[in-house]
Amino acid sequence: MRVTVNGEKREVEADIRTTLLDLLREHLGLTGAKKGCDHGQCGACTVLVNGRRINACLSLAVMHEGDQVVTIEGLGTPGALSPLQDAFVRHDGFQCGYCTPGQVCSATAMLDEVAKGWPSHVSDDLDHVALTDAEIRERMSGNICRCSAYPTIVAAIREVAEGRAAEAAE
Amino acid sequence: MKPFDYVRPDTVEGVLAAGAAGGRYIAGGTNLIDLMKLQVETPGTLVDIAGLTMRDVATLRDGGLSVGALVPNADLAAHPSIRDSYPMLSRALLAGASAQLRNMASAGGNLLQRTRCYYFYETAAACNKRTPGSGCAAIGGFNRIHAVLGTSDKCIATHPSDMAVALRALDATVVTARPHQDGRRIPLGDFYRLPGDTPEIETVLEPGELIIAVDLPPPPPGRQLYRKVRDRASYAFALVSVAAAVAVKDGVVTSARLAFGGLAPMPWRSAEAEAALVGRPAGTAAFEAAADALLAGAHGHGHNDFKIVLARRTLIACLRDLTA
Repeated sequence: MRVTVNGEKREVEADIRTTLLDLLREHLGLTGAKKGCDHGQCGACTVLVNGRRINACLSLAVMHEGDQVVTIEGLGTPGALSPLQDAFVRHDGFQCGYCTPGQVCSATAMLDEVAKGWPSHVSDDLDHVALTDAEIRERMSGNICRCSAYPTIVAAIREVAEGRAAEAAE
Repeated sequence: MKPFDYVRPDTVEGVLAAGAAGGRYIAGGTNLIDLMKLQVETPGTLVDIAGLTMRDVATLRDGGLSVGALVPNADLAAHPSIRDSYPMLSRALLAGASAQLRNMASAGGNLLQRTRCYYFYETAAACNKRTPGSGCAAIGGFNRIHAVLGTSDKCIATHPSDMAVALRALDATVVTARPHQDGRRIPLGDFYRLPGDTPEIETVLEPGELIIAVDLPPPPPGRQLYRKVRDRASYAFALVSVAAAVAVKDGVVTSARLAFGGLAPMPWRSAEAEAALVGRPAGTAAFEAAADALLAGAHGHGHNDFKIVLARRTLIACLRDLTA
């Protein structure tokens, strides 16, 4: 299988049954994306495929030949955190940290969805979306945090979203 | 997972040939791969249809829209024409699953997703849908999430889709391609089958038949709404859902489309409830008559008895909001 992960072309021999998540973790050594439920319910495995967030556990690796996959390792490094990674650290947006890579990947794509004007279940108006805390919670509902760090996760995401809005206004 | 072969043809002909040979189509895979992990589904060959186009939402000559079978649920919900003219469909899609799943799930696959009955998922349990003839553990078992309309003594599972409920209210048509013969246009009202004695057969699709598009006629008159009642505020299947479009003129209902999720083995359109509304003043008497008509044949199985009351109250609340 040939997949591009974090900008690098990788060629891997793997069983056809290998999920994208197992390919990343077991074959490519990228253990940032986590295996929580392995059934698409918890969001710990969230990665970006062609810029969109998906559950890597519910996708076969072979279905992603030619796709651009980005994992938490591709978003930032300990020396150069992405804005969301940095905000999660400063706001303490976790306790055990197991869900965090999925939360950060998910939030990264979520802010792009908002920038495109995509509505959510809680949007009063399908055509005009304001990123309230209720919107952040709804849009992040595919990422579960069993430590319940939700208030600080929302705070971290809100800060980055407000920063972008301020930049856009300048 | 059981071992399987995988092919990804890049033409419709190639896909249909693989389907005719017994291959199982896969698009987003969010439901099928999950079921394969549990060995509820054990296809011998997966035919990935991602090599096909079918990703456009096109305007039809009659003013309707044709939605390609591979349009992701997320894109469909956000599509400007869907938001503007078919808001109940945007709302239904946004009420379903999570953002990650909506990015993966396709329009065609959403129609074909399997029930979330716990006994269907548990291979150690009796389930006529999974293993025909083995019985139904939900009848007499835990059946809080199960159906109250359209069931049989073989199966009481519900259809899980929100999207399909809105499409049913909107009178959508499923467009297919078939191996060795012309494709079909199947009104969504004729697409699903009630369980009867064969709950393992859920649609009228023939072996190898492929959904290529879902066509929407011009939007119905009046205001539209999709309301979903569930155990959590987000990311949960419907206990009861209502897709409704109602038009009122001079205080009288002139048009009504009503479809329901969470109540039946298929998205449930109620012509009786619609007939109870049309031509009557938009008010409590007509709303209650509509609920009576919807639920005249409903019966619970113990834990899900509450759904009959919940459906009644939800429908009346929706009608009040739509005609306010």
